[in-house]
Order: sequence, then structure tokens, then C-alpha cells
Amino acid sequence: MQFAMLIYESSENFAVRKGDGDDPYTGAWRIYHKALAESGAYVAGDPLEVPETATTIRIRDGKRSVQDGPIADTKEQLGGFTILEVPSLDAALEWAARCPAAAYGAVEVRPLAPRMKQKILD
Amino acid sequence: MCGSDAENVHRAVERVARESYGRLVAYLSAQTHDLAGAEDALSEALLKALTAWPRDGMPQNPEAWLLTTARRSLIDFFRHQKVMSHSEPEILRMTPASTEAKLETNYPDERLKLLFVCAHPAIDPAMHTPLMLQTVLGLDAVRIAAAFLVSPKTMGQRLVRAKTKIRDAGIRFEVPEHRQLPQRLNAVLEAIYAAFGIGWDDMAGADQRGRGLAEEAIWLARVLLQLMPNEPEVQGLLALMLHCEARRPARRDQAGRRYVPLSEQDAKLWSLSLIEEAESHLAEAAKQTQPGRFQLEAAIQSVHAERARTGRIEWAAIARFYEQLNRMSPTIGGQIGYAAALAEANGAEAGLKVLDTIDPSSISTYQPYWAVRAHLLQSLAKHPEAGQAYDRAIGMAEDPAVKEFLLQKK
Repeated sequence: MQFAMLIYESSENFAVRKGDGDDPYTGAWRIYHKALAESGAYVAGDPLEVPETATTIRIRDGKRSVQDGPIADTKEQLGGFTILEVPSLDAALEWAARCPAAAYGAVEVRPLAPRMKQKILD
Repeated sequence: MCGSDAENVHRAVERVARESYGRLVAYLSAQTHDLAGAEDALSEALLKALTAWPRDGMPQNPEAWLLTTARRSLIDFFRHQKVMSHSEPEILRMTPASTEAKLETNYPDERLKLLFVCAHPAIDPAMHTPLMLQTVLGLDAVRIAAAFLVSPKTMGQRLVRAKTKIRDAGIRFEVPEHRQLPQRLNAVLEAIYAAFGIGWDDMAGADQRGRGLAEEAIWLARVLLQLMPNEPEVQGLLALMLHCEARRPARRDQAGRRYVPLSEQDAKLWSLSLIEEAESHLAEAAKQTQPGRFQLEAAIQSVHAERARTGRIEWAAIARFYEQLNRMSPTIGGQIGYAAALAEANGAEAGLKVLDTIDPSSISTYQPYWAVRAHLLQSLAKHPEAGQAYDRAIGMAEDPAVKEFLLQKK
């Protein structure tokens, strides 16, 4: 079963990323990613650029409305995602708990929706 | 068919439903993960039984009949959905008559997995107890809603939401692995005890809804014990609830109006058979030498029960158990229990000293704190303060019998 781990981080967390990678933040992610990949649970994933780089778009009354920034201005913002292949929610939650962001931000775990995907592909 | 036959069949269906509901729902949902679907299929089967059994006679094995019938309607449902070709659950694939007959006289008991699913950490803790009451015991949303003081519609919606999450979120029907077991089992025990607590508190009212729920909680604990006979905390929880249940007849005065505190209850009114049963579970648990919260709480109740034999309460022993309990799982209730026991053993001053160490913000709306504080202040003849504490305790008491009791004390 496949799950998405959605990583939420605060602006302070995003700020740490500016370094050269020789910092505890990046180090923690490096070790975590290695363990995840070696376990075979890792399917895909990527960090996202900082929320300030986001552009949100909506079509309203046929007109394009463009907003500078993410959808909602919340304290914690989506900072990346990982797709896991594991047997159950419990196994996904185990990986989410080990994720560095669980300790300094938040990690949301959600199953992918293969049936919805099938409907789209049909 | 005459009326009494219909009644007999009705009673037979009710009995099978009562005895087998949780086992059937657990088995039907363990592979599909679809609790609502399993419940619907079972309700349909029970409805069919009401017409088929009077017409064709009672089946030899009513439970197997229900399982077969419910499974057929589940198969129909999945075929109708036409989406399950490769992932069709095994339960539905085993259709040849021979397998069916064998399976349905001896199908696996999946209730333990179901209890763990109901109390899964990914499910809102407030829904653990309602889910268990509905899926394992078959209580309807109306009755659960009444016990939880919400509208049946709200409770129904919450139950549907929780079941949808169980179906779609990837929660497996399994007994947690060893490493996680203590924490996960504790959630199951908490949920069962919460049902008992509601039953206990609500026993004030004229209606009997509370009493029913306490009995259901004991039933759940018995099911759990049957499935996990070697877990001392399961024994501890059952012992705790049986001890409390044993005193039900003594908790009110004869008119049923005034609350009688445990230490003033007439021990002759206690149920000796329930106490005996509680004691045997507690002794069984103690053999494992793994003390836990529920065993300690049961041990405290056990000391109180001794009074039926000895005529006195060993408050020092109770205080020691509370001390141990508070080290293991500190709660405000535990601290207050400790203060009250210490006051009886070593004098009111000692009890007050313990009460004074409790963080004031955590007790501002906690009624038992003010009741105990009032009692201790009064026994020290500190009158204005005692009166104020009584006022707060009376103001926060929900149960009219408790209010009445405190008013008389004041």
C-alpha cells in the first residue's frame, strides 16, 4: 500500500536550508533518507522550495487570478513529500515518526488513492 | 404460526445477535476493512432470519446461518462494485460449499484485532469507546449517543467518519507487534474503562442507560480477557470494574436519593460473589509480577472490599498503592485519592499538604478536589475555608445525589 508523507515546516526550518549542507538539519535528513531507501519503502519524493516561491492560481468568472504565495498563510507550510510503499498505516506512521520533521515540524500521512487514479486513467 | 412462536424466534435472533455480533462483524470486516459494510450485511442477515427461521425452523447452527447469509450479501455488494477482480478479499473467494461448511462451524475469532482497530492511535480517542460499543457489542448509535450526551445524528456521523477512516486509511486488522503492545493495549483498556465510567457516573439519573453501559464494559473486558488470558492489566481492569460493580446497591441510601461515600457504605449490601470474582482475577494478575495502573486501582478497591470481612479500612495500605499508582501513571484523580487516604491514615493536615502541591490551574474545575478539600478543612474546624470549598464542590457536582450529600455535610 502506498502512502504520502507530507512534510510541514516553519519559516525558521526553511531558513536553515540556506547553508552548504554541513548542518544538523541536512545531516538528519541525509541519514533518514538513506535508511528509508535501504529499507525498500522509499518510492519517490522531493523537498520543495520555500513557500515564498509559491504561486497560487485560480480561475474565477473565466478570469485568471494569480496569488503570490501559498494557498494559506499558516505557520507551518508544505516543505516536501515522500511516497512510501509499506504494508499498513502503522508501518507508514513508523517512518513518519522517524522523519526529522516530526521532531521540529509536522508530518501528515495519507494513503494514495489508487482507485481514483484508475478512474482517471480509464 | 402462533404469536408465541414468533416471539421465540425473535428472542432466538436477539440471543444469537447478542452472543455472536462482534465475532461476526470482526470476521466479516477483518479482510475487507469495511466495518460499515460488514454491519450492514449482518443486519440484513438478521432481518432475513426473522422471516426465514419461523418459516423453515431454526437452523442447526444459527451463527453459521447468519455468517453464510451475511457473506453472500457482501459478495453481491463487491460483485456489484465490479472493482475487486484482483483484490477481492479472501473471505469472499472461499465460496465452494465444502470450504463454506467447514469455515462456518469454526471460523477464526477476530475480535481482538477489531478491538485494537477501534482504539487505533490514528482514530480520534473520543471515538474509541463508541466504536467498540457499536462494532463489538452491536449497540446502536441512538443508545451510544444518549450515553455520550450528543445527538444521535452527531454520533451517527462521527461513527461513519471513523469507519470510513478505518476502511481507507490503511489501518490493518492485526494485533500490534510486541514493542507497541503495552501502549496499544492501554488504549483498548482505557476505552473499555471509559464506557464503565460513563455507566458509573450516570447511575444518578432516573433512567437506566448508565447501568447498561457499565455492564457492557464488563462484558467487553471479559471478551478481551478470553482473547488475552495472560495480560495482567486486562485482569486488573476486570477486577477493578467488578469491585466497583459489587458496590452498586450500596451507593445510594434506601430512598435512592442520597449519595453514600465508599467508606460509609453498608458492606452487607455489597455483592460477595462479584468481590470474590474480582479478587481471583487480581490474584491471577499478581502472579505475573508486572504491576500496572489497572492492577493498582483494583488493589485499592480490594483493600476497601476487605472491610466486609474485617470491619476496618487499612488506609495506610491504600495510601501506599496510590503512591505507587501516581509514580506509574500520575493523574489528578490519583493525587487526590492519595491525599484522601493519607488524611485518613495520618491526619487531615497530611492530606491537605498533598492537596496543596497540586497545580491550582489543573483543579479549578475538578470537583473531587474541592469535595476532598472541603472535607479535610472541616475536620480541622477551618470553617470559613471549608464552607467555600464545599460551595465549589456543590456548584460543580453533576449528580443531584452528590449535591444533596455535600449540602448535608456542609
